[in-house]
Amino acid sequence: MSLPFGVRRCGDRGLLVDADDAAGIAAAVEALALAGVVEVVPGAAAVLVRHDASADPRALATVLAGVEPLARSTESGVLVEVPVVYDGADLDDVAAATGLTASDVVRLHSAAEYDVAFCGFAPGFAYLRGLDTRLAVPRLAAPRTRVPAGSVAVADTWSAVYPRESPGGWRLLGRTDAAVWDSARTPPALLAPGTRVRFVEVRP
Amino acid sequence: MIEVVAPGPLALVEDLGRPGLAAIGVARSGAFDRGSLRLANRLVGNDEGAAGIEALAGGLALRATVPLVVAVTGADGPVTVRGPSRAVRQMPRRSPLHLAADDVLELGAPSTGLRSYVAVRGGIALRRTLGSASFDTMSRLGPAPLAVGDRLPVGCAVLGTPHVDHAPARPAAPALRVLPGPRDDWFGEAGLAALAGTEWAVSPASDRVGVRLDGGPLARARSGELPSEPMVPGALQVPPGGRPVLLGPDGPTTGGYPVIGVVVDADLDRVAQLRPGELLRLTIVR
Repeated sequence: MSLPFGVRRCGDRGLLVDADDAAGIAAAVEALALAGVVEVVPGAAAVLVRHDASADPRALATVLAGVEPLARSTESGVLVEVPVVYDGADLDDVAAATGLTASDVVRLHSAAEYDVAFCGFAPGFAYLRGLDTRLAVPRLAAPRTRVPAGSVAVADTWSAVYPRESPGGWRLLGRTDAAVWDSARTPPALLAPGTRVRFVEVRP
Repeated sequence: MIEVVAPGPLALVEDLGRPGLAAIGVARSGAFDRGSLRLANRLVGNDEGAAGIEALAGGLALRATVPLVVAVTGADGPVTVRGPSRAVRQMPRRSPLHLAADDVLELGAPSTGLRSYVAVRGGIALRRTLGSASFDTMSRLGPAPLAVGDRLPVGCAVLGTPHVDHAPARPAAPALRVLPGPRDDWFGEAGLAALAGTEWAVSPASDRVGVRLDGGPLARARSGELPSEPMVPGALQVPPGGRPVLLGPDGPTTGGYPVIGVVVDADLDRVAQLRPGELLRLTIVR
């Protein structure tokens, strides 16, 4: 089956749309509420559109190829402020790797406004875009076996908050007591795609 | 109540899972072989999505504390009921079974397949997390794996009385059908030909997160890194080593390795029944 450029089959119940602004495309597809579409999931540079057996993948692909991204939700998206104690185990290493002081790292990390591009890795683990490019550092060569819940971290061009204790290879800048994930809460994830985020420095 | 006398290697409460939450990083989870759970539920007059028990291999033993109607589906193998007088009865699979109080239902080692499903009339009534009583082995959402002495409450939600005496076995199919993509271009036509031409062996390191396939390995036609993108159960994700991982219901919702193809929806249940060491062929469909 030949599909429009940038739209790919993902099994017989899904299409994957390549997109520079995946969160914007995902929001636009959600807003269309297309018949037969059961789920829309953004990634870093692609959007999964899952459909049921009633949808014709070729017709759906044609619609998806023409979707324009919704503008980044600077006003419409919910803004969440995350209080952070910047005493992370990797703060000094990140400063050394970037040629900055630790207080510069804290200032740059807490000055930016982020938004959730997509979630993955674990329930409620949100990939936040908007990290100052001066703070881009690679992941740890050897991931930690145990990263505490609430750890605020950076890796590559992303920042994130570990929703629960888990293994992890991101560089730890600090910690928050914000409940990033709560299975019993509606919604369970504090940081869902489209949510805007600011980190606010607090004293321990 | 159902009392767990022995859980076997792994026994989990599963229903039809948590579809629709991948955008916040929650996997579908639920029964790996959804068709077998649905059948077990139909046999005892439950809603198809009621929570039952998914048992890996043999060794599960459950005691009924009150009279219960149950059904066992999925893998094939011996099912016995041991009464308080120690009399042992061989019982069929895919049929409603009547247990008296203190009867113990035991699943023997499967002769074919790997996962069995036990439904109980009324359903297993455990608290739901995000709409489901399923245990997700990766995120640890839902009720913990069953342990000796666990007592599971039985609900009273039924649709009707059981009216099927015995359901036929599912015919064996020779190969899993795979639709190429979304990243088959990373492997080229030669990669797809190798995928279809290889006799893959199911690795013992397989679980509900992914079924690892030994063989090949598949060579990439291009280099580079793929930005993390959404994944689905059934995806054949290919790490740099070239040995595909067929993602299961507890698989990651996003991943950074290219997916050469995805097993068609109708063949997904059979993935749950692949045994370690079993040889497997994949057929490309377009």
